[in-house]
Amino acid sequence: MPRSHDDQGRSRTFTRRALLVGAGQAGLLGLLGGRLYYLQVQESDRYKMLAEDNRINLRLLAPPRGRIVDRFGVPLAVNVENYRLLLVREQTPDFEATLEALSQIIPLNDKELARIRREVLRKRGFVPVTVRDHLTWRQVSRIEVNAPDLAGISIEAAQSRYHPQAAMSAQVLGYVAAPSQADLSDDPLLQLPGFRIGKTGMERIYDTELRGLAGSSHVEVNAGGRIIRELARDEGKPGRELVLTLDAGIQSYLHQRIVGETAAAGVVLDIETGDVLALSSVPSYDPNGFSRGLTAADWRDLTSDPLRPLNNRALSGLYAPGSTYKMLVALAALEAGVNPHHRVYCRGVVQLGNARFHCWKKHGHGWMDMHDALKRSCDTYFYDISRKAGIDRISEMSRRFGLGSPVGIGLEGEKAGLVPTKDWKQAIFGEPWQPGETLVTSIGQGFILTTPLQLAVMTARLASGRMVQPRLARGFLDDPAEALDNPSFPEMTVPEPHFQIVRAGMDAVVNHVRGTAYRRRIKEEGWEMAGKTGTSQVRRITLAERRAGVIKNKDLPWHRRDHALFVGYAPVYAPRYACAVIVEHGGGGSKAAAPIVRDVLTVTQRRDPTGAGARPLLAGRPVEDG
Amino acid sequence: MAFNEHALQRHGPGLKLSDKIWQINWPMILLIGLIALVGFAMLYSAAGGNWQPWAARQAMRFGVGLALMLTVALVDIRIWFRWAYLLYAGVVVLLIAVEIMGSIGMGAQRWIDLKIIQIQPSELMKIAIVLALARYYHGLPQEEVTRPSRVLAPLVMILAPAALVLKQPDLGTAAMLIMVGGALLFIAGVALWKFAIVLVAGLSAIPIAWNALHDYQRQRVLTFLDPETDPLGSGYHILQSKIALGSGGLLGKGFLGGTQSHLNFLPEMQTDFIFTVLAEEFGLAGGLLLIGLYTLLFVYGFAIGFRSRNLFARLLALGLTCNLFLYVFINIAMVMGLIPVVGVPLPLISYGGTAMLAVMAGLGLLMSCYVHRDVRIPRRGLAED
Repeated sequence: MPRSHDDQGRSRTFTRRALLVGAGQAGLLGLLGGRLYYLQVQESDRYKMLAEDNRINLRLLAPPRGRIVDRFGVPLAVNVENYRLLLVREQTPDFEATLEALSQIIPLNDKELARIRREVLRKRGFVPVTVRDHLTWRQVSRIEVNAPDLAGISIEAAQSRYHPQAAMSAQVLGYVAAPSQADLSDDPLLQLPGFRIGKTGMERIYDTELRGLAGSSHVEVNAGGRIIRELARDEGKPGRELVLTLDAGIQSYLHQRIVGETAAAGVVLDIETGDVLALSSVPSYDPNGFSRGLTAADWRDLTSDPLRPLNNRALSGLYAPGSTYKMLVALAALEAGVNPHHRVYCRGVVQLGNARFHCWKKHGHGWMDMHDALKRSCDTYFYDISRKAGIDRISEMSRRFGLGSPVGIGLEGEKAGLVPTKDWKQAIFGEPWQPGETLVTSIGQGFILTTPLQLAVMTARLASGRMVQPRLARGFLDDPAEALDNPSFPEMTVPEPHFQIVRAGMDAVVNHVRGTAYRRRIKEEGWEMAGKTGTSQVRRITLAERRAGVIKNKDLPWHRRDHALFVGYAPVYAPRYACAVIVEHGGGGSKAAAPIVRDVLTVTQRRDPTGAGARPLLAGRPVEDG
Repeated sequence: MAFNEHALQRHGPGLKLSDKIWQINWPMILLIGLIALVGFAMLYSAAGGNWQPWAARQAMRFGVGLALMLTVALVDIRIWFRWAYLLYAGVVVLLIAVEIMGSIGMGAQRWIDLKIIQIQPSELMKIAIVLALARYYHGLPQEEVTRPSRVLAPLVMILAPAALVLKQPDLGTAAMLIMVGGALLFIAGVALWKFAIVLVAGLSAIPIAWNALHDYQRQRVLTFLDPETDPLGSGYHILQSKIALGSGGLLGKGFLGGTQSHLNFLPEMQTDFIFTVLAEEFGLAGGLLLIGLYTLLFVYGFAIGFRSRNLFARLLALGLTCNLFLYVFINIAMVMGLIPVVGVPLPLISYGGTAMLAVMAGLGLLMSCYVHRDVRIPRRGLAED
């Protein structure tokens, strides 16, 4: 039957071809299996790694910045909550309406609104956009009250640096601000938005320790970058708490005592340990402004101010030491063999070659020995003995007392000052040293330049006879073992009898009736100070003016007036505290600077911040007396 | 009716409904249920351990689909034979309808919205083309099959709907239609050299086709060739899918333990990329097991084809099985980066109503072939006899 034959033929074709198709399909299924094996077994490790990368996101956690406290634990730099208003677009039912409602509560100007809209457009819907930083409590509470109407609005507390003493200790503490391009290092923390680093002062010097170590949070994120959950968290290491040598009480007293001056600086030292108890410079600035973020206008004001408030006068202000330099001239002369009982008759003027050198006392002091010359600050006497000592010996003595090179306290901008020598003059000016220049130097005028900090160190060394080296940090609170040991300074290479002569002179300056600062003495028994006045000229007094009578400081414009200086230590018979103050263009040292030193040393002794006996990292709080 | 009487006599009471139910291949239904269960589990996982929004609805649809399948299975194969061309013509009309609606509306249009259910005619075409071709070759004597003029009609029958689908544009479905049609022609006995001609013609048409492709389709082909050049752009899907798969390893990350798919790295994970979820959570073992289950289903399909007495059922069974195979192969090969990303779902597992119903209808026809495996259909058809 043809039909049956036909059917059989077709059936054979069908079977053969169906089997072929089936075989082809089996092969393709095998291919799928093989591919699956390749991906999931052979390449598995690679894809597992990629998968982890996909899913795990590392987020940095900023550790709290270490506090800075004074020697008694009084906070000088702390972290405060900064309330920030955030907006999450995808949580707002209507973004524009929410902004509208929000501006009813806190006024938002057009500039802010434009910035917010721009950021919202740029960022993904779930990324918070900062609407306003540094909310006041009042604003926070108003927003919280209205929270039900403000979906998508949240308030976040972040930490920002706060210096409770503000301008008072700004010159020591420095300020924190956002890192600049140059600050960027390996530390990933610096990349965090809103992160602040120490830019100047102690905040900068100990920035690494204060900063702490970044914590991290391993979060699982989805493809959109949204956090699903936290897998692991490392809190990092908070910054360490730094203990300074400052006494906040003395610091604030010193600052308040000089803040009324146009420009002034002062330093209080613990003679025994070198601890800087107070260091102040006015005008100062508010470091909290930097922490908040300065406006361009604020920055311009700070940097264009001719009085340069960012400049720390205590260690970068260069001043001729005036008569406060005379102790060193006396020591140099003693070392050169001048007998302390050597006498000079002061007629008010000395002729040297063609030049005339005047004593500040127009009609002279009469017969002067070293003691009296210091007490009454007789220029003529020092003109005389400086010639006997010679400039190089005077300069060498000055260097022993820390002049002419940076003290090395660590704060930026510290100046070396200038101690002139014959070689220096030759090298710089190409001219030989003139004998008259020795005379000018002997009364702390001319080339010589010092900083207030150097003068304080000089005073401390004079008082103790030891190589006092100042310091600002006592150590870190978390590790008392690391507290800096109280140093024992080596004795100076100056014979003790010489010191005694000079100290007696400084005692007489304040405590003898005819001393230049007798009226500024400390009257409390046992607290008496010794010291030396200084008045440094910033102008040349012409012969004509001398004839007509030297113009009084109060009749001169401010910037032409003399600088007023005073250096002192107390108590006079067991020196513990040294202080140097300079008032720019303040007039006479005894009138403008001595009262400040007197008051500061009185307050310092009353507080007695060094206490007695062994001193732990945080010294025992002194008993306040009314 | 005479034929019906005749058949009735030959099969005796076999065509009574209660007996038909007995004839249904229940182990195969069990297998289908098992695969569907895997689907529910994966949709449950893809929703992060929730029945909503996918798993519960999918289960409901499977219930409906199962009813549809049994209904289709119990309908006499000769009725399907009789209606084959009409069904095919109907689906072509629907394809033209969506094309017109698409040009009136905006952009790509693949759906007809019937309010209660959306119909995707291209899915229906995958079945209708098999029905129509099976009927065509059933009526063709052996010597006619190899005649060139007799190849023209089936080619038009395949290419016309393929062109319509391609224009939607749906590259994957168009390719599937051509491949299913081609497979059926091959099984029906069309001479091999004709396939060679078609192949050559097809290759020479590639430049023309390339110009006809939409930009995004071209991009898909290009990124398929080198997916990692553009990891955040078009290559993103393939790369993320491969990462998810590869990170699953031998035994996977455990049920609900998939990280890539759960974290939205995987787009469309509940539809086209559902296999990735499975392979990430159950690893190579799970992936191979599912492929094994499908293979078993294909074996059933082939067995039904071989077992059928009439050519229509044989071709229908084989065509439907090829159809099913292409779904599975294209989908899995796509998520593994073997072929470009084309929108082909994984049958019984991917979330989606039309695909589920189309697949269940196809399985119903396959089952109908099995239930009526002993029915004979004369070459010249039924009514004419």
